[in-house]
Amino acid sequence: MSAESHTVWGALRRDRGGIASLAVLALIALACLFGPMLSPHPYDRVFPDYVLTPASLAAHPTPSERDESVVTLAMRMHASVHLDMRSDGLVAVVTDDKPIDIRVLRALGRSGVLQPVDAPAVAGDGRRLEQPVTLKSEHFLFGTDANGRDLLTRVLIAGRLSLAVGVLASAVALGIGVVYGAIAGYLGGRTDALMMRAVDIIYALPFIFFVIVLVVLFGRTLVLIFVAIGAVEWLDMARIVRGQTLSLKRREYVLAAQALGASDRAILTRHIVPNMSGPIIAYLGLLVPRVILAESFLSFLGLGVQEPLTSWGILIADGARNVQSALHLLVFPALLLAITLIAATQLGEALRRAADAGRT
Amino acid sequence: MTEDPILRFENLGVRFGPVDAVHDLSFTLRRGETAALVGESGSGKSVAMLAALGLLPPSATVAGHVFFNGQNLIGLEREKLDRIRGKAITIVFQEPQSALDPLFTVGSQIAAVLRFGLKLGRRAAAARAVELLHEVGILEPHRRAQNYPHELSGGQRQRVAIAMAIACDPQVLIADEPTTALDATVAAKILVLLADLKSRFGMALILISHDLGLVGRIADHVHVMQKGALVESGPVAQVTQQPRHPYTRMLLAAGLDRAARPATAPAPPLLEARDLGVSYTLRGAWFRPRRFAAVDGVCLTIPAGQTLGLIGESGSGKSTLGRALVKLEPARGQILYDGRNLIALSQDAMRPLRRDLQIVFQDPFSSLSPRLTVGAIVAEGLRIHEPALSATARRDRAAKTLDEVGLPGAFIGRLPHELSGGQRQRVAIARAIILQPRLVVLDEPTSALDRAVQAEVLALLQKLQDAHGLSYLFITHDLAVVRAVADRIAVMQDGRIVEEGLAAQVLDAPREAYTRELVASASFEPVNPNSVL
Repeated sequence: MSAESHTVWGALRRDRGGIASLAVLALIALACLFGPMLSPHPYDRVFPDYVLTPASLAAHPTPSERDESVVTLAMRMHASVHLDMRSDGLVAVVTDDKPIDIRVLRALGRSGVLQPVDAPAVAGDGRRLEQPVTLKSEHFLFGTDANGRDLLTRVLIAGRLSLAVGVLASAVALGIGVVYGAIAGYLGGRTDALMMRAVDIIYALPFIFFVIVLVVLFGRTLVLIFVAIGAVEWLDMARIVRGQTLSLKRREYVLAAQALGASDRAILTRHIVPNMSGPIIAYLGLLVPRVILAESFLSFLGLGVQEPLTSWGILIADGARNVQSALHLLVFPALLLAITLIAATQLGEALRRAADAGRT
Repeated sequence: MTEDPILRFENLGVRFGPVDAVHDLSFTLRRGETAALVGESGSGKSVAMLAALGLLPPSATVAGHVFFNGQNLIGLEREKLDRIRGKAITIVFQEPQSALDPLFTVGSQIAAVLRFGLKLGRRAAAARAVELLHEVGILEPHRRAQNYPHELSGGQRQRVAIAMAIACDPQVLIADEPTTALDATVAAKILVLLADLKSRFGMALILISHDLGLVGRIADHVHVMQKGALVESGPVAQVTQQPRHPYTRMLLAAGLDRAARPATAPAPPLLEARDLGVSYTLRGAWFRPRRFAAVDGVCLTIPAGQTLGLIGESGSGKSTLGRALVKLEPARGQILYDGRNLIALSQDAMRPLRRDLQIVFQDPFSSLSPRLTVGAIVAEGLRIHEPALSATARRDRAAKTLDEVGLPGAFIGRLPHELSGGQRQRVAIARAIILQPRLVVLDEPTSALDRAVQAEVLALLQKLQDAHGLSYLFITHDLAVVRAVADRIAVMQDGRIVEEGLAAQVLDAPREAYTRELVASASFEPVNPNSVL
């Protein structure tokens, strides 16, 4: 057996399910990171002509959308407008009872469906103008929301926040929880009792109350979300780690290290914490989804991120309100969240398997 | 004893995927006979029996035949098999704790077997259960029937398991290592009980064990298995006295020198315990803490460069005493070492002395950190006591020490789970001796190992003692081992030392009744069931 196969990574590499979920997570993370930059539609750009467009692969505008837009256009120009398909291309025909000011033709370019008009070309007698135009072609793979914003870009930009919260808040919970729980469990006795009662007291505080106090004290910032969620979620982690430490600290290999004169710190870092990575990783697999959902809850209450920035939680809440009229608003963010959570739990499970491979 | 066969194994083979667990096993069990199936762990003895009863997981492929009263059990339908197993053929497992349901009284568990197997009514079953408890030698069977398994001792639990096995008047009783989890004195009584029940109930008995000396005391025929195959069969006298196969000879002798070590000259004391006590506060006693004295007023002297054997049954406080001597348990009293009282020293003051006092534990599977490589485990002491050493120098020292305990240097990068039990124990020994200690507490260092490996590890310990002038405190319940290694022996019972003296004197002419009982139960004389019960 080669040396590298001893590591958790070595064992994970041989786990097909683990590799698959890792690949899925990496793909989603990369898409969320770079997708919004590559997308032709900024996440906060409003397309008034495409409100609540359903998801499709087709190019927009469709003929019916085009006609609808022309009607709107005509109202804006106070003239009658129709589009005429000629052999040399599309021509917008504008007619009115009075002579037409040529500048109104610029409005054609401001329409959501037509390309901007560079040099208005005039034809006709002043009551009838003909202007060659070209149609725009937009794709909304995931459709658009009630404000006419591209849902694909919004789902990706929301993923940035949700994933960041999931990773960072879990890391905060992991860091505090492991250190606190391991110290309490290892020292035991009165110290343990004192430390764990403190955990119980914090546990008794309502989560929302805690977050509101933090918001009042520090103002509403993105960092605060990470801190607030992490500061609450570590309590469970501390309890789990303490329990594991209690069961590990009387193991014979720990006694052997004590007999060698190892310091408490060395025993914890070399012998106890590495040997409970299995349960810790398993719990992390549950923690990441919980944290992502907690963030959406905060955002839903208005304590998290605000429009036009968004997160999966907000998008899902939004979609749930419109579920009867526009299913796609719910389906896509929920699907992405679900895939992420499943991949995260699967990866957690694979990591735990890999970490436990050392024990027979 | 009649000659007609009741159970006949014909070319039984069991495979788990590519692994050949049992290979071409054939032997015959006659009515009223006691057969012993002997071999080391992994030799396929238990697997063969489970295969006969159709109790193996589906991943196993079973070939061959097992005839019970002329009917082939292999491949028999579930319903027909259920009419045989648990009634006509029953089995007693090694660990009585896990064979009994902790949520029911033992009486009701035996009654359940009777009601299901013999279709007895509720009252009749309860009454018969009490009778059975009496049959298996449980005193006050009426009261004991109301007890839950955790209220009984290990020996009593095994008796209950046997009572369940004989409840339906079986024709064949299979006992799978029935005494391995028990203390020597209790084990002897269980063996006598099995032999007695066999003759009273007219059963045939198959005894599975790794200990040829033990089963040889009650068996008629012995079948020795190695790596899934039968290597020797024969009447007990022939197999134990004129073993033909080298494996049988190895199992019998197990490389142990049965004679006591030559007496050694008295040595000056290295470490002395005076009035040592270790006690625990029992749980669930908030207002009136009850204390339990695991070690109570022990005075003990460990001679320099010699081995002090510490014997006693499980629960007598041997291990606690061993740990207390190297300050792994908070203790009262005095431990004098190098002119200082270790009890009074703080953690930090103790640290430099720790390199002189090391410990090796019983179970090499739990005494090595599963995530550290062998090199890291062995070199751990150097990190603490010689922090100036470079990583390469540490590695060299670890390799040298591994070589000394007979492990190749390539093991340095391995993880504990890649090693066998004997190799792991060598790693644990290497970890203890790399700091060149003066005293090593050996807490049952060979009990978890097979006989052959046991002998090798004992030889290694002897070699190290001679090379480095080590002193050992050798804790064991195995009198054969202690006879082979100890210069002096201390006997422990209920937290106290009841007898102490030269090894030969304690084992051959014990003064205390308790010591006599220990020695008697570990003897290799065949027992006569009629004379004991």
